[in-house]
Amino acid sequence: MTTAIAALPRKRVSLPRVVKSEWIKFWSLRSTFITLGIAVLLLIGFGLLASSLFGDGSDPGGPPGNEPTDPISASFTGTNFALLAFGALGVLFTAGEYSTGMIRSSMAAVPKRLPVLWAKVAVFAAVVFLVALAASAVVFTAGQALIDGGASWSDPGVARAVFGTAGLLTGSGLLGVGLGALLRSTPGAITTLFGVMFLLAMVAALLIPESWSDVVQYLPSEAGNAFTAVTQQDDALSPMAGLAVFGGYIAATLGAAAWRIKRADV
Amino acid sequence: MIEVHDLTKRYGDKTAVDGLTFTVKPGIVTGFLGPNGSGKSTTMRMILGLDRPTSGTATVNGRPYAEHADPMFQAGALLDAKAVHTGRTAYHHLLALAATTGIAKSRVDEVIDIVGLHEVARKRVGGFSLGMGQRLGIASALLGDPEVVILDEPTNGLDPEGVLWIRNLMRGLAEQGRTVFVSSHLMSEMALTAEHLIVIGKGRLIADVSVSGFIESASNESVRVRSPHANALHDLIAGPGTTVLSLDRGLFEVSGLSAEEIGDRAAAAGIPVHELTVIRPSLEEAFMELTKDAVEYQSAMIGASR
Repeated sequence: MTTAIAALPRKRVSLPRVVKSEWIKFWSLRSTFITLGIAVLLLIGFGLLASSLFGDGSDPGGPPGNEPTDPISASFTGTNFALLAFGALGVLFTAGEYSTGMIRSSMAAVPKRLPVLWAKVAVFAAVVFLVALAASAVVFTAGQALIDGGASWSDPGVARAVFGTAGLLTGSGLLGVGLGALLRSTPGAITTLFGVMFLLAMVAALLIPESWSDVVQYLPSEAGNAFTAVTQQDDALSPMAGLAVFGGYIAATLGAAAWRIKRADV
Repeated sequence: MIEVHDLTKRYGDKTAVDGLTFTVKPGIVTGFLGPNGSGKSTTMRMILGLDRPTSGTATVNGRPYAEHADPMFQAGALLDAKAVHTGRTAYHHLLALAATTGIAKSRVDEVIDIVGLHEVARKRVGGFSLGMGQRLGIASALLGDPEVVILDEPTNGLDPEGVLWIRNLMRGLAEQGRTVFVSSHLMSEMALTAEHLIVIGKGRLIADVSVSGFIESASNESVRVRSPHANALHDLIAGPGTTVLSLDRGLFEVSGLSAEEIGDRAAAAGIPVHELTVIRPSLEEAFMELTKDAVEYQSAMIGASR
């Protein structure tokens, strides 16, 4: 027998160690690189495309009705597409463990369970925020260079738009992390995320009576827009309020996921 | 040491595990035996804190598994070979599990060598055979060099060489003073490996016996007798305490009398005997006899003949 050559030093499970474990898990899957790459490509690709079509600002390109109204927004045209890719990455990070059965190994190693979720949140938030921030900075700088009279970093609202976009993308990814752990199903969580971020506001606008229309601005997608937009819309929350509301949705989703992880059988 | 006390698990109105109480001692291999669906896996999952018991307790080395600060050093488990992410390599799978409790990379390489996965450690698990998956699961169970090793059907999908390897591994672990708890639905496999048996059926404890005790109680033999003067012989041996079952013309099965006694009586009466065979049920048959009322999924044919 070769099992016990030397006694192993007995170390405890701790949150930093679980974070390291989740870091290894995150970077040891091919899907991580593919999804991250797609997200960055969507953000930069659509941003540059829209910027190059934006022209000099007096004659916006593209089909009428939906074109960006300011040069900064043009650079961030890809946000909604990248949002879905980052969201899918978040869903895969948690729901992927359930669909493959990995979760049983993870929870047997960390039987207190919740450190696994918090470590996933920490690793995901750190990596995705940095990647999204870098991509946002690149697409803003390069996009504005394509536009005559484009904005510069020192213009009002620019820093907020760049950091806000990175925050929105990270937050959407975290919604994915929470939904994946809550629903334990990759398609279910991605569909839910898509519905919440894209369809909910449209459906609400159609169904909610006029007197209740204030409700719409509190929906996740609208709250997200509130802290990324350069020019504030009249019927939107203030940037700080938008950030708080959006953060509230993330906290509620992760809280529900934590409750299910702690209570239910693995 | 594993201690299970009055453990019960219900899913809705279905009771998977029903008031189980038993102790698994260190230093020996303990077999956990029962037909498919008898609650073996559920019990093991509750011992590891993956399933919450409806009532009752399960402890590992004196405490619920989840309450240990260093769980992987207390117990290691192979619950199913599919508890891995198919997109990850075997090496990274083990490395991620090891990292949760500060186990060094060198130990990861060590367990990979122990289970013989060196060649494929850098390959993604999705392409593994069932046997390779079992070996990877055993590697993860051994990572923390634990005092308690829990293996759920470890020989599933293994070739004969692999089965032999597992058998020796389990015996070796027990000889080192560890608690080895291994489930199977094959009595014959357990008879070769285990010293003690815990048999359950429909979630209830049926037997908690040593393997030698089980074999003894199971060896309730009968004698097959063939004679051209069957009727005369029948009259000679029939009596209280004996059962004679007629199988065919001139052929019957006797229980309650030894072959020697039957032969002597026939000889004394001058009755020719053409066959005198002692029939000892196999362990498998004894096990099936023991659990026949507790089989969850019985094929219709057997059910009809009962």
